[in-house]
Amino acid sequence: TIGTTLKPVSAGLKQGQITPTELCQKCLSMIKKTKFLNAYITVTEEEALKQAEESEKRYAKGQPLGDLDGIPVAIKDNFSTSAIETTCGSNMLKGYVPPYNATVVQKLFDQGALLMGKTNLDEFAMGSGSTDGVFGPVKNPWSYSKQYREKRKQKPHGENEDSDWLITGGSSGGSAAAVSAFTCFAALGSDTGGSTRNPAAQCGLVGVKPSYGLVSRHGLIPLVNSMDVPGILTRCVDDAAVVLGVLAGHDPKDSTTIQDPVKPFLLPSLTDVSKLCIGIPKEYLVPELSSEVQSLWTKAADLFESRGAKVIEVSLPHTSYSIVCYHVLCTSEVASNMARFDGLEYGHRCDIDVSTEAMYAATRREGFNDVVRGRILSGNFFLLKENYETYFIKAQKVRRLIANDFVNVFNSGVDVLLTPTTLSEAVPYLEFIKEDNRTRSAQDDIFTQAVNMAGLPAISVPMALSNQGLPIGLQFIGRAFCDQQLLTVAKWFEKQVQFPVIQLQGLMDDCSAIFENEKLASVSLKH
Amino acid sequence: MWARTVRLGLRARLGGCRGFTFKVDPQGTGQVTAELIEHLERLALVDFGGREAVARLEKAIAFADRLRGVDTDGVEPMESVLEDRCLYLRSDNVTEGNCAEELLQNSHRVVEEYFVAPPGNISLAKLNEQEPPPRG
Repeated sequence: TIGTTLKPVSAGLKQGQITPTELCQKCLSMIKKTKFLNAYITVTEEEALKQAEESEKRYAKGQPLGDLDGIPVAIKDNFSTSAIETTCGSNMLKGYVPPYNATVVQKLFDQGALLMGKTNLDEFAMGSGSTDGVFGPVKNPWSYSKQYREKRKQKPHGENEDSDWLITGGSSGGSAAAVSAFTCFAALGSDTGGSTRNPAAQCGLVGVKPSYGLVSRHGLIPLVNSMDVPGILTRCVDDAAVVLGVLAGHDPKDSTTIQDPVKPFLLPSLTDVSKLCIGIPKEYLVPELSSEVQSLWTKAADLFESRGAKVIEVSLPHTSYSIVCYHVLCTSEVASNMARFDGLEYGHRCDIDVSTEAMYAATRREGFNDVVRGRILSGNFFLLKENYETYFIKAQKVRRLIANDFVNVFNSGVDVLLTPTTLSEAVPYLEFIKEDNRTRSAQDDIFTQAVNMAGLPAISVPMALSNQGLPIGLQFIGRAFCDQQLLTVAKWFEKQVQFPVIQLQGLMDDCSAIFENEKLASVSLKH
Repeated sequence: MWARTVRLGLRARLGGCRGFTFKVDPQGTGQVTAELIEHLERLALVDFGGREAVARLEKAIAFADRLRGVDTDGVEPMESVLEDRCLYLRSDNVTEGNCAEELLQNSHRVVEEYFVAPPGNISLAKLNEQEPPPRG
């Protein structure tokens, strides 16, 4: 085997033990085997093989472009990819083919990465389950893992064996499933309220949310301009650092990227944590937190302390208002950002032609699902003249208080905060859909979205398996633009906990035989 | 601490609410009227159909109303986490373009180099009086 992380694979490519085309074929075959996960909306087989051919020529000359040359990657379908359909999981953009690459996409291509495809998501990245896109929900590969199945004492073949499959979390669930199922080595997600870290935790992956302003948003179809960032999903922290190193840096096409020169992202192997101060925010201990996650959180804190780090309880007093503040700001920015979809220049257009407004209204009714429409309506309410001060400006003030909470904590000597990423391990789809999207998002984003409001870097690292055999991850939050330090601490933690590799092999052959002809209909339930 | 409590008390008597300065909002009680929904649906150009819209919006407002519990006296609104920095502005030179054909390809209705729109200046309400409701 050639290994499942970048270091061994890169070495293998350089030494000729494997060619980019062979690697590409392996991943394409994996995509076919795991089609039932519904991780991909578009598989770019031809493009990938072409890119692999080019990469091979470079390796033959001994001139690879870098560590990502010949490496299969997947990209969430809300990043613009030139000549490749980009849908945002919505009817509004079905068939839309962008004429340009998002900056982060171009950077990956410039380093020789191979595009396996565009991954599935909640429609317009609104959601925390990857269940609300028009192409159907994404299934968590851990549903089919030996670790999970053994705990449930499932027989390898059986009727209705698949009715209790688990969600990936969201909204970057397709990217998470793609990496978790070994169809690629890294995937891009986006993170506005936790959309990269949430599925990372539920799929046993490393999920990075860089500092706002570090990575270009040009070409990332925007949700909340003041909070969106591209996110990175990988199987280990070192791999995430390699990708972040490629993506970070000023982009003249995105004036919200900082102009400071970006240092390379080589992570030192930390051995001495005695100079570290870890903060544990007490407001994050909420009643809804599962006892398993809580106990792992405590275990992690104890681990740092036992190795000499200073571990202290800190306070982020406005935590309980964070999700409300996010709700107002997010819907308001969404109301503005979604206004561009009117059917005239791109995207879906209805058949009505009597008036511009009638055409716009019908186009948008047909193009957007109810989650999107709901947020647009709410956002427009908060932005009404008579409400602007009470809701929007108020939320902006609360945002400052939340950001200041973090500043105060970091100024008091804390280097890194340690929190849970999610309330529990991944839940079954049938359970998840019992509540509506807005309720779920409000619950599931609780640990992740304050970070977006403050623009800080954060990373979810898988720690251990639950009693059910499912991954649980913890979150580290760093100071603004101290992404390298954050990843260094995360790498140390990853080494200590030795999270197990997902065991999919045998089961997959059974599964793919059963599910080959199964059509994945999207379940629509009124809720 | 004392000064703040006194100020809050004063405002409460004046404004009839918990110590915040804001315009009296007729919708602040959480009552969402059919009129308001219609107004929003026309501004947003998305609809929900009557009662469901009302229910959703009322829930969203009730949730947002929790912000009233935060004391934001003297706090400036935060627009961007990068407010202490200057945005980068590149020089005003044309560096790319001339891609009209490529861009026109993405539209459903095009005539030569024009995007074609239906007639404008006809508000949605007037339309509902004359035409059958748009197909959903």
